[in-house]
Amino acid sequence: MDKVNIELVVNGRSVAAEVPLRATLADGLRDYLRLTGTHIGCEHGVCGACTVIVNGEAVRSCLMLAVQADGAEVTTVEGLGAPGDFGPLQAAFHKHHALQCGFCTPGILTTLHALLSKEPDASEDRIRDVVSGNLCRCTGYISIVAAALDARRAYLKESH
Amino acid sequence: MKLPSFAYARPTSVEGAIHHLVEGGGEARLIAGGQSLLPMMAFRLLRPSMLVDIGAIEELKTITVERDVIRIGALVRWCELERNQVLMEKLPLLPAGIAHVAHYQIRNRGTVGGSLAHNDPAAEMPTLAIVCDAEIVVVGPAGSRVAPAREILSEALSPAIEFDEMIVAVQFKPWTSSKRWGFSEISRRRGDFAIAGIALHYELDAEAKMMDVHVAVFGAAEVPQRLREVENLLEGRLIGSNLIMEASARVSSIVDPPEDIHASADYRRALAGVLFERALREAASR
Repeated sequence: MDKVNIELVVNGRSVAAEVPLRATLADGLRDYLRLTGTHIGCEHGVCGACTVIVNGEAVRSCLMLAVQADGAEVTTVEGLGAPGDFGPLQAAFHKHHALQCGFCTPGILTTLHALLSKEPDASEDRIRDVVSGNLCRCTGYISIVAAALDARRAYLKESH
Repeated sequence: MKLPSFAYARPTSVEGAIHHLVEGGGEARLIAGGQSLLPMMAFRLLRPSMLVDIGAIEELKTITVERDVIRIGALVRWCELERNQVLMEKLPLLPAGIAHVAHYQIRNRGTVGGSLAHNDPAAEMPTLAIVCDAEIVVVGPAGSRVAPAREILSEALSPAIEFDEMIVAVQFKPWTSSKRWGFSEISRRRGDFAIAGIALHYELDAEAKMMDVHVAVFGAAEVPQRLREVENLLEGRLIGSNLIMEASARVSSIVDPPEDIHASADYRRALAGVLFERALREAASR
């Protein structure tokens, strides 16, 4: 199978990998860079579980080829914090019980991180519109929206 | 599912991309944002021998505004249209309609050219191009040509361009402040494809009459359609509740929508009338 070498910056670290041409960015991150925090749900762009941030924009990593991320700057859920050292969104999700099974959570965290980094004053309506691109079958979204609203303060502070 | 195998090229010029399309002899496909193409490949609805990635062709990424024309490059993404100040002022129907395209993450990656080339019957962009009398700029081995959107987009999922041609831009006429417009669609969940939708605009003349009326319906026919009979009914008239009701009933009576898992034909017919009424009331309130 045809392979290609790519170089990119993932979570602030320069990395290189040889990936099959047909690998999506989600495959590249999970199978070749061993960053398995990015989850693959539907694998055709419907569920949003695989959302990562590419050059500042939240995108579905199953709808992008790994080779298309050559030269890009990528942030995955691993880049948003670590056990014991939560980022503001992760801390808010913890506080508000904004997850149950957790499968969709990485995609929701990356989506909301990209949104709040750009729009730290996003309204509840805006948050609901944006997170409509991520399927969560546990929470009913109420706790997710509450967590996002709560986390806004931290992003507002950063933007000042 | 994982994607089928393919060869890959990433040209940096339109000529380079055309060269690969010619070499591919109809088996190669362009990839821009990939938001429709990659799902189709995942489902094996398409198995191109080669993907020609046009993402590095910088000249396709710009919106240029001149006095008589707004030219939107094929690689301009939805998120860029949504927040473009010039469009909000000179062609507000476009960002308003585009806000309904799929979800946030898809709007960050999907492109104008990709949507036109895919020409999904329920997509917003082909409808907006048709209702605004836009022109599509196509480049092939012999050079470039400009054709009305309604000609290029006359067949669902199969735009009227040759295998070795590519869409490089779409051109709109900027509006004046006397334009009134409305856009309304319904989908089962936010971000889903529309079950049906209406886009319309007209000029409000000095006597408050509707002139140069354009109405298009989508999701309720094989491809987005102008509703000429309704346009003629409204042309030169003063807007009022009776006229809105009459025209709304006319919309429902002339559309011939398909029936599928999402909605029956009867439901879509009724919906088209209701959405038309909402869009026209929205236009009148501006």
